[in-house]
This record gives sequence, C-alpha cells and structure tokens, in this order.
Amino acid sequence: MAQYVRPESLEEALALLADAPLTILAGGTDYYPARVGKPLDDDLLDITGIDGLRGISDGGDGWRIGATTTWTDVIEADLPPLFDGLKLAAREVGGVQIQNVGTLAGNLCNASPAADGVPPLLSLDAEVELAGPDGARRLPLGEFVLGNRETARQADELLTALHIPKAADDAVSSFLKLGARKYLVISIAMVAVVIEPADGAVGSARVAVGSCSAVAQRLPDVEAALKGQPLDASLGQQITQDHLTGAISPISDVRGSADYRFDVAATLVRRALGALGAGGQGQLETAA
Amino acid sequence: MNVMNQSLSFTVNGAPVSVHSSPVTRLVEVLRLELGLTGTKVGCNAGDCGACTVLLDGRQVCACMVPVGQVQGRDVQTVEGLGADGALSTLQQAFHKHGAAQCGICTPGMLMAARELLDSTPVPTEQQAMDALGGVLCRCTGYRKIVDAVLDVAATLDETTPDAGAAVGAPLLKIDGKPKLTGEESFGADAAPADSLWCRVVRAPHGRANFTVGDLEAFKAGHPGLEAVISNKDLPGAKLHGVYPVGKDTPVLATGFTRHKGEGVLVLVGDKLTVESIRDDDLPIDWSPLEPVYGVEAALAEGAPLVHDDKPGNILTGGFLQKGDVDAALAAADHVAEGSWQTSFVEHAYIEPEAGWAQRVGDRMEMHVTTQAPYMNRDEVAAILGIAQEDVRIVPTAVGGGFGGKLDMSVHVPLALAAWSLDRPVRITLERPESMASSTKRHPARMTATAGCSSDGKLTALRFDGDFDTGAYSSWGPTVADRVPVHATGPYIVPNVRNRTQAVLTNAPPAGAFRGFGVPQASITSEALYDELAEKCGLDPLEFRLLNVIRHGGETATGQILEHSVGMAECLEVMKPAWVERRAAATAFNENSAVLKRGVGISCMWYGCGNTGIPNPSTMKVGISADGKVTLYNGVMDIGQGPNTIMPQICADAIGIPVNIIGQIHGDTDLTADAGKSSASRQTFVSGRATQLAGEDLRTQILRLANVGDDARIEIVPGEIVVRDGDAQRTIDLRGMATDPNGDVLLGTGTFDPPTVALDENGQGIPYATYGFGAQIAEVEVDTELGTVKVLKIWAAYDVGRAVNPMQLDGQIHGGVAQGLGLALMEEYIPERTENLHDYLIPTVGDVPPIETFLIEDPEPLGPFGAKGIGEQSLIPTPAAIFGAIHHATGARMRHAPATPARVRAAILATRQG
Repeated sequence: MAQYVRPESLEEALALLADAPLTILAGGTDYYPARVGKPLDDDLLDITGIDGLRGISDGGDGWRIGATTTWTDVIEADLPPLFDGLKLAAREVGGVQIQNVGTLAGNLCNASPAADGVPPLLSLDAEVELAGPDGARRLPLGEFVLGNRETARQADELLTALHIPKAADDAVSSFLKLGARKYLVISIAMVAVVIEPADGAVGSARVAVGSCSAVAQRLPDVEAALKGQPLDASLGQQITQDHLTGAISPISDVRGSADYRFDVAATLVRRALGALGAGGQGQLETAA
Repeated sequence: MNVMNQSLSFTVNGAPVSVHSSPVTRLVEVLRLELGLTGTKVGCNAGDCGACTVLLDGRQVCACMVPVGQVQGRDVQTVEGLGADGALSTLQQAFHKHGAAQCGICTPGMLMAARELLDSTPVPTEQQAMDALGGVLCRCTGYRKIVDAVLDVAATLDETTPDAGAAVGAPLLKIDGKPKLTGEESFGADAAPADSLWCRVVRAPHGRANFTVGDLEAFKAGHPGLEAVISNKDLPGAKLHGVYPVGKDTPVLATGFTRHKGEGVLVLVGDKLTVESIRDDDLPIDWSPLEPVYGVEAALAEGAPLVHDDKPGNILTGGFLQKGDVDAALAAADHVAEGSWQTSFVEHAYIEPEAGWAQRVGDRMEMHVTTQAPYMNRDEVAAILGIAQEDVRIVPTAVGGGFGGKLDMSVHVPLALAAWSLDRPVRITLERPESMASSTKRHPARMTATAGCSSDGKLTALRFDGDFDTGAYSSWGPTVADRVPVHATGPYIVPNVRNRTQAVLTNAPPAGAFRGFGVPQASITSEALYDELAEKCGLDPLEFRLLNVIRHGGETATGQILEHSVGMAECLEVMKPAWVERRAAATAFNENSAVLKRGVGISCMWYGCGNTGIPNPSTMKVGISADGKVTLYNGVMDIGQGPNTIMPQICADAIGIPVNIIGQIHGDTDLTADAGKSSASRQTFVSGRATQLAGEDLRTQILRLANVGDDARIEIVPGEIVVRDGDAQRTIDLRGMATDPNGDVLLGTGTFDPPTVALDENGQGIPYATYGFGAQIAEVEVDTELGTVKVLKIWAAYDVGRAVNPMQLDGQIHGGVAQGLGLALMEEYIPERTENLHDYLIPTVGDVPPIETFLIEDPEPLGPFGAKGIGEQSLIPTPAAIFGAIHHATGARMRHAPATPARVRAAILATRQG
C-alpha cells in the first residue's frame, strides 16, 4: 500500500523524508499530468498542510517566498516594481486554474527547460532554501536547477522558501514570453529583465533567457554591455544574437528551430530592454 | 499499490459531504463517481483543457489536479450549485441567450471560471473575461459567444417561442440548451449502471511493431479483480472492421502486428482500481519494434515497407478528375501560377474523450456511446459480434464534440467484446493520450497545383496533385480522395481541369473524417494561386474572384450545371465594403509601422452537401399520441451543431403547429429511423428535408381526416386536433384511434435521398445535389520579427439557402472559423509526440478574433424550406484567407500549415533574401 502523508509541521515533514524517499506534492499541477492513465501509487508527501510554508514576507534584507506560495499569491501580493517581471510571468503560467494552486517552488523543482518561473527568479538573483536533516542551506537558483528535470535537492531535503535580495528602490523589471497561442502555452522563448537605474543610466542589469537551453540562463555578456547605458527607449538595441552565443544552447523541437530561438531570444531581449528603458514593461504586441 | 482510503469531509455547493477515498484521488473523480455530480467534466486529466474547472474556496481550479486529501474542510462549488430551485442563474441565462454552449462539454468549466471572475468583478472588461476563461478550451463555439455572455450577465432572457408557421427563420434558443448549462446533460462518461465493470484497452506503444502475447490466463489469475483479458483469440465475429461496406482493414484487436501507436491489442475488464493499477509493462506482451513509416515521402519511396501487404506502393486508393485539356490550356494561358504546399495532421480535439457503457440484454447488445453515426455503429458492432444488425441497439449519449472524429468505432470495440462475453454491464472512458493516439485525424496533404488565366483575368485551367497521408487504416481516406478532386478548383468556373489525389498508407494514426474531408487543405492551394494570378493581371483579389465565381447556370469541373442556390457572388458583394476599407487601412497602417505589418486576405469556398455520388438517405418520423402529444423521432445526432433545435423548427412549420409543442426522441436505433451520420454537412439538407416530408405527411393525414383544404390551420389540444379551414372547424378525436407500439395514433414519415449521379472514370457526374457557398476575409497583424500572427477580425458570408436558425448558423460559423484558424496557425499532430493538449495546441479564448457574419439566402429547392448545410463550409475558407492576409502583410507565401511563428519568420526572412 502506497502512503500519503500530509503533515502540519516542517519538522514532521523532514522526519518523514529522512525515513524514506517520498514524492513531494504541492499544487499537483505537474504530478497529475505526468500520471494520466497511470496508477497513482507513489509514496507522497503533501506539503500543503504545513504551517508557515505559504506566503511572501519582507525580512528587511530581502523577501522570503514560502514554498507553497502560489502564482496567484504573487500576482495579488503588494510588491515593488522589482517584481513586475515575476508577476507578468505568473500571469502566463497555464490558466488561472493553475496559477491558483501551482507553486513557485514546484515550478523550480520540476525543472522543466520551459519553466516560466526560472528566468524571472534568475533575474531577481533568487536563492533557494533547502531544509534537511542537518539543517537548512541556501543555494543560488543557478546552482539549484542543474538540468532538464534535475535539481540539487537531495532526497531527504525539502525546498522551503525562495529568497529575493533587496534591490535599489527604483529597480524595474519585465518578462516577455513567446508562444504559439495566447493562453495555456509552453513558451518557445522567454526573457526576464531587472534593471537598477543609476543617474538615468543602467546601474546594473540582470537578464535571463528561458526555453533556449536545458536550464534558463543569465546573459553575462548582455548584462556587462548594458552597464552605464542610458536608460531610454534605445536601451538594448545594440544587442544581437552574438551576445547570446555561448550563454544559451537552444534545441530544435516542435515549437521552433534552434536558429529561430536564437533569433527571437535576441529580439525579446531588445524589446524587454527597450520597453523598460522607455518606462514601460514591454509586451508582445501580438497575441501569440 | 494505491493509497489507503481515508474519511474526508468538506462542503460541496454549501452542503457538507463525507467521502471515503484515497486522498490522492483526483477531486473530479470523487465528485463524479462518489458524489454523483457529473456536471463537472473530464477532458484531459492534465490541466490542459479546464473542462473540470470548479471553485475551491471560491477560486477556480482544475479538479483533475486537486488531490481530494487537500479538500478536507474546504468548500467546493460545481456547476450543479449555480442555479437555484431549478432556475438558471443569471450567468447561465446569459450563456443560453448568446448560444454560448454548443455541445456543452466545456460549458460547466466555462461557467465556473466565469463565476470566479464575476464574484470579484461584477462588471468585467473583455480582457478580464478572456484572462479568466483562458484556461478552458472550447472546440465548438469559437469563444466569442462565451465572452459575450460573460459581459452580458445582467441581460434578461427572452424565451418566447415563435407562433405556428414562423419557426423556420427564427433565432430559436437551443431546445436542449438548459441541461448543458446545469450539468444535467449526460455525456458518454456520465452515466452507467452502478455495478458496471470497467475496461481499458492495452495499446501498441510503438509506431510499427511485431508482438507476441504470453499466458493471459495466468496473468488474470494473478490479478484478483480482473474479470477478463480479451485478445484477438476471443473475437466472436468479424476480425476486421471499417466504415465502408467493403475494404475493411482495421483489426478489431491486433494479431501479432500493429500498424500505429495506440492500436488496440488487449482489453482488460474488471473493477476500476484493478484495471487502472495494471501497467501496460506488467502484461505478458513481447514487443519487437520496427521502424515506422511516417510521412508520404517515406511511404512512397522505392522499397518502403508496406503498411498493408495487399496495398502495393502503400497506395490505398486515388481520385481523379479530368475536364477539357489542361496542358493545352496552361500552355495557352496568359498568366500561370504554380506552387507546392503541405499541411499537417490535425486532431479533432473534441473536449469529450470517447466514452460509453454497454450491456447484453438477452441475445441483444445495447450500447450507450458518444457517437456521430448510431446506425453505422450498429451495423459494425453487429459484424464484430457476429449477430444480426437488429440485435444491436445503439443509444447515443450527448456528444461532447465530434467534427468527424466520432464517426468511426472507438470504445464500441472493447465495450461490445467485454459486455457480450461477460454478460455484465461494462463502461469505459478513454484518457486523452490514448484518444489522441488511436482516433482519426485530418489528412496531412502534400499538394502541387498550377493555375492559368487569360490576360483579362478569366481562369482557364487548374491542375492539382495531392498526396494525402491516410495513416495506418482506411477510415474515410477514400472519401477524401474522392471529394478533393471535385472541389479543388474552388467555387469558380474553370473550363480545363485535371485533379489527381492519392491516399497514402503510413504508420500514423488513421486519417479519417474531419470537417471538410480534405477540401480545406486543397483550398489553400487554389486560393493562393488565384491571388497570384490576380496580381499578375493587375486585378484586386476580390474582383478577380467575382470575375470567376460560379453563378446560376454555371458548370462545375464535374460537368454539373448548377441551376439553383448559387449565392457565391452575393457573398463577395456583401463583404466588398469591408474588404475595400480594410485593405486600405492595412496599407495605411503599414506605412507607419516597421515591425508590425497588417494584411487582409480573402478566400471563397464551396462544399457539396452529403455523400459523393452515392446514396445518402435519411428517414424521419413524427407522431401524435392519443392524448395529443407530438413526438419527433429524431435520429439526427446532435453533436453540438443544433439539429435538436433545427429539426423541430422544420417539423413545426411543415405540420403548421408551434415548435414548442413538439417533443423529441433522440437517436436510438430501436426507436428512431436511420437519419444517417452527422457528417458531410448533410443533416440540415438531407435529414431536414426528410423531416419536412414527415411533417407534411402528418399534416396531409390530418387534413384528409378532417376533410379540409390545404390552407387549413391545425391546433393540437389534449386528446384532439382542431382543424380550421376558413369558417369551418372540424375536431379529430384522437383518444379513440388505434395506437402503434410507440403510442402514436398518427405517424408521418419522410425519406429523402438527394439525387446524384455517380462520378465516371474522369470524375464527371453529379456528385452532390447541392453545394454550400461562402467566403471569408481575414485581417491579420504579423509581428515580422517574431513571426507571430494575430488575427484581428474575420468576416464570413455564406449562402445557406435558407437560414433555418440564424443564431445556430452564427454559432457554426464561429466554431468553424476557430478550427480553421487553428489549422492555419498552430495545429500540428505529430505521431508519438503530441498526444496531449499542451503539446498539441488548439486556439484558446485569446486567439479567436471578432467574427462578423453575413447570411445569404439563395434557396435550394430540394432543401427544407430552401435550406442547405453549413457545418464544414464554415471552416474551409479560413486557412486560405489567413494565408492570403499574411502574404498581403509581409509578402511571404505560407507553404506549410500550420504557419507557426518559426515558419512565418523563416518565410519572411526568405522574402528578404530575394
């Protein structure tokens, strides 16, 4: 008989994980689709009953996003413009049904190359907090998601929270997702950008691209090139595919060829930057 | 092993409930099977379609992804809780008013998603409505009516019905609309006896493979709860089935060899948990996969493996049409255009997967299944059981979308085999991946065509060659091969024509019937060529078409003279102002826009109603009982397209009584006559005419009994018919009259078989008694850097002969446009790779633009009150119009459907390289 446990405390959950490997269940939006027409016979640890795992709090040096915080929680949270990109991404995760139960942490642990949460969280310099039998540890997100469906989480660990460091008060952000239809779509390519202005120019920029490699990637060359650039509509217009080479390694699949992904990833980067420079967030001006 | 059951308590629609369930069980399963709340539907079990949307603590969730263990102590709202005391809620009324439910399978999910929005935002914007509904897929309506309903939630519903003689032409609300809005409608998966066994089909996991089966008896013995494992050794009747009377080539269950992924190999029957808990890998089947043959190029290659040993060259069949001398005409043409195109497999993606239940009743088989073709199903089930056709009773459930995909046998096979051999009720519901892997598809086409015209723009010739990938089995492949040569010119006068088609066998799922039977694919070629010829002649594309469209007295490529109901030119004329205005607007827009480019394209279409040059009859009956109840024995399958409303409208006016007193018995092969299948846009035309004849027959009987003239007025009251002719009034007392087995004292019958002449070896003849005509204009905006295409608006004009129900016609057109848009821009089924609704994309609420419709009425004398079909006509021109618009916007010719962003971007880049 398979087991299903839904503990109310983190300690209990960690004790259960220490005892035996368990499949961790939260919003269920990845668990169930992977088992259509198949038996539901995994040993499950349902973490949605754990006190204190859900919600967003400002700890002074940064924000803590609990592991069972949903996309809707993010959309509805009162957060500074630094999070606009994450909110835009949240609105593009599946339909509202999925946003209402799907969690940011689950999106990271599922580690899909097309995970909508990874580029914005990379651009936010997010860290993940993992709790295990020997206590908690923190990892930069880039060191947590290791590959397609592969993370640094140990079997006896639970991802308990994300930490977003503070940025300049006037930091702005955006997110653009390209898909072949309007809603409920897996992205062909997506871009997330955070910019901290300094004297009307770019103080620092953090740019990440998703769906164009096994794991979404930051673009260090682009970020370096942007530093000091004037913060206006021309921002980023010099970015070409060459700036992306080396950072991303798109594949060809049913949604588009590798060449196409390089091409549009560069376009999306330019658009997101240009829009932020002009004081907006940027939108894909067509429905798709 | 599955998880142990727990006792869980929560509230559903305000009432406390307790269930004893595994906490991992999907909430939707608990709602449906334990609590009997079947209003919440299952479309995919994967969060891709939203059919199972319910509110959990007021928030919309997919009940297929919520473990019921998480619902403990919480509040669930389902569609059953929307209305109060049997009355529709305001939201449901708005849906009813706007025709927002067609088949009704997505409706509960749509309603609940809308409910969440309206609870927080009573007066939403269109964008908010779309965002709220974005997670629910609909395949019938094209979404616009649903959005209209959500934005018009305060509207009042006018339910008055037309007077006697005024039903035809009235925008009557759907007669079967309310149950679709309350969740009461019973679809294939919604009802079965409580003691039913469950069955599951074990399917081929490879595209092409040999297999051997080990000891099934031992396997069964090792699995308590498993009642039977049925293999090809257990077949009581025919070993092969297929939709045609001859050439049956589809194994009932595979014998040592499978030709496509998803082909049925074994049927497991037992209790639900047992059947679901067995993994395919657990079964004693030894698979030896072989390299599958995918695509017509591979199938036609020298030395390609044969999909069927008796089909050399992998050619299933072909179609041919020749008129005049095409080579000479092309050589003499002032302008010639040519090109090659290809299209992809398209999945029907009805939101209701195949489902049903069956039981053996003595020596008869009774099946309750979702189907478009009850009588065809009856005959095929009889054959595979080896029993008489009369000993099979098909009682169709409500159908949650079909579009051609529910004509063929699907769940019938496991249900019939299991219920017959075990003599116990058995049920089945396909999961989405197996539905997609095993059901038929639209044929991918590889097409080359050349067209010629004179310098003044008169078409002189068309040559068309098309290879259609028909997959592993015949299904309706021959129909596509026959239909395309007839239609490939489009609705134009072309004096010299040579059209050739081939249906090519591959290891893909069978390609079969899908809204248009190959005509949408072919129209992409001819319409693009005509655009090109217009350009070469210096003519506007609409004017070029007006110059060439077929008109009254015109001769088709098959040599048929069309005397009646040819409103093609009127369709163009009525849209001309919009065309002129939007073409100019696009040009003006593009002058100021570097990246976004707008374009406007146009396409005409025609489509023959009914089978191609073969008999195609329908019979309808209408009776009056001794107590004065009128019953229409309506054997027409309503798959959302509306005959449950249309047929009574026709019947009412034929008898001369108000439509609201007509009761109906729906397609039940024991009770209704054979009205044929719901396909080929034939039901309004063929069964509608049969209905009219049945009604007129009944009226004639009544008038004769009353001995009055033809103009008499009939009033049916309890137990009597009152007939008034001028000042004279006669009363027919029904109570004393002899009754038939159905309790009727009078019965009107009508049969109609549209007159056709079989096509000869050159494709000459009268394949259809009438054709539907229409045209669409598409306005698009292309993001030239990304290759994305946003359709801004569609204008659609159709000659429908007579608009029996303008509201339902509008609904058909909207739905066809949405499917055509999907074909054009995003839908591409790849065998083994896109067997779900997130890798296979259909349009969402955000993808379908506003649609403006125009109905032209050029009456068809053979049709009921002049009417003809619309179902397939609605889809056919959309892809070509969109491709024309992309070309107008960017100069890029799309040669490969769907025009995904990557393909559009590549085509745009290609134009820049010269």
